[in-house]
Amino acid sequence: MAPILRITDLKKTYDGGFEALKGVSLDIEEGEILALLGPNGAGKTTLISTVCGITVPTSGTVTVGGHDIITDYRAARSQIGLVPQEINLEPFEKVWNTVRLTRGMFGKKRDDALLEDILRRLSLWDKKDTRIKELSGGMKRRVLIAKALSHEPRVLFLDEPTAGVDVELRKDMWEIVAELKKQGVTIILTTHYIEEAEAISDRVGVINGGQLLLVEEKKALMERMGQKQLTIELREPLSAVPEALAEFDLELGEEGQTLTYSYDTRKERTGITTLLSALSDNGIVLRDLVTRQSSLEEIFVGLVKEGAA
Amino acid sequence: MNFRAVWAIYRYEMTRFFRTLMQSFISPVISTSLYFVVFGTAIGSRIQEVEGVSYGAFIVPGLIMLSVIMQSISNASFGIYFPKFIGTIYELLSAPINFLEIVIGYVGAAATKSLFIGLVILGTASLFVDLTIAHPFAMIAFLVLTCVSFALMGFIIGIWAGNFEQLQLVPLLIVTPLVFLGGSFYSISMLPDIWQTITLFNPVVYLISGFRWAFFDMADVPIGISLLAIAAFTGLCLAIVWLIFRTGWRIRA
Ligand SMILES: Nc1ncnc2c1ncn2[C@@H]1O[C@H](COP(=O)(O)OP(=O)(O)O)[C@@H](O)[C@H]1O
Ligand SMILES: [Mg+2]
Repeated sequence: MAPILRITDLKKTYDGGFEALKGVSLDIEEGEILALLGPNGAGKTTLISTVCGITVPTSGTVTVGGHDIITDYRAARSQIGLVPQEINLEPFEKVWNTVRLTRGMFGKKRDDALLEDILRRLSLWDKKDTRIKELSGGMKRRVLIAKALSHEPRVLFLDEPTAGVDVELRKDMWEIVAELKKQGVTIILTTHYIEEAEAISDRVGVINGGQLLLVEEKKALMERMGQKQLTIELREPLSAVPEALAEFDLELGEEGQTLTYSYDTRKERTGITTLLSALSDNGIVLRDLVTRQSSLEEIFVGLVKEGAA
Repeated sequence: MNFRAVWAIYRYEMTRFFRTLMQSFISPVISTSLYFVVFGTAIGSRIQEVEGVSYGAFIVPGLIMLSVIMQSISNASFGIYFPKFIGTIYELLSAPINFLEIVIGYVGAAATKSLFIGLVILGTASLFVDLTIAHPFAMIAFLVLTCVSFALMGFIIGIWAGNFEQLQLVPLLIVTPLVFLGGSFYSISMLPDIWQTITLFNPVVYLISGFRWAFFDMADVPIGISLLAIAAFTGLCLAIVWLIFRTGWRIRA
């Protein structure tokens, strides 16, 4: 099946001469959740804005459901829902009116039952006649989502949906995303929270400096890039790491009670066996062992450093 | 043509207007009444008639034009500047609509509002003076054309403006003087020769003259020239809007 979204060598240079996208190519399959992970200024919003028609691409092509975003913009844009990064809403307007406006602007026939259903799913139904300025930040974000869903898009862009949102609301948002995925909506979300990408996406794209560094299945990414750490709890505390163990790059923990060994799961030999026998050769007695998979955060930091080097 | 989108924008803009209906209604009523008190009574006691029309009635077309022009510009410029200012413009840019549809929605709504206000002023004025309209169809046509063309001009100003000061600048520095010197309160023939000539460079003179002709069948400049002037002005605004549309100027980064 052809990808629902195909971005080919997309470049964007802003009027001031700043090159915010340096040739991004990306295919997204229908029904998947892709997290675009990158620090501030990476080009995430620029990428989304260009696909959605808010900024004009300098070169490259984008198709949505096979429709080019420039030559066939009506068909392309009809399929896209956008939840912008900023809470851009008219403060004096009522929730219902603003959601209805979006549906109309996308050329869809009035359908109050559908809008009611969307508002209910987002727990906004009892707020439908409330003025937007009276809503909390989290509720406003939901209104933006309701607007984006009002015209039944096949692809939904969520630009940093949980930035500045407290933990509870973030969990809510993740549930909403999972629910939308069940309904078959393709979702592209940007975030600079690693745990967010880790928690809800199928694939992760890492973007920095206007370049897509990699796109991979989340699991594969973590396995491929995975650093693991082995923490060894000691029977007797050590005052320093013995000279004989220097080659293992061990880290002595608090009060000399633990030793931490980092190894790469990608390598054939992790060095664990050698380490353990070296420990007993040196008369060090173990009490317990713990291993820990490195988080996407560590992977990401590693990648950005690689990219900068 | 995405008619649903045009209608959605128009409707949304009109609800904003109806939300503040009392304000929209009361302020023209009050200012018209004040104009009558100040100009009609104070000046009218010295000038009884202008070319056979009572002074009170004579100023009505000018008064309507004055308000309609200012209202069209401010409604339309604010209407499109506001989404830029608060960021909701993203929605216009990402929807499957083209610039023409956006223009029809916003300019249509702004023109409707000022047309409504123009009619309210006409109604208020008829409480103060006896009015007979010689060419009612021409009167309506002139009114509508003025609403539309100045709403187009307002739309351009709203797109151009980068802040609230700029939004006020053009109406304040250019339009207000032209409108006040456009012969709302006097006939051009009452001016000294040299001023009569200078005045002919003011486009608003042609509008007010034509509009007055529709009421009283008398004009400072021939009606054909008035028609030509308003058509040319509308054409100019349309051309600029089309250029903005072509280039995406000040709209898309
Ligand atoms: N309208 C603009 N004009 C000029 N530069 C811009 C504009 N918008 C964004 N940029 C620049 O492009 C880069 C990428 O920005 P953005 O796409 O917003 O990043 P992100 O969303 O990943 O934080 C930043 O360096 C930003 O300053
Ligand atoms: Mg951003």
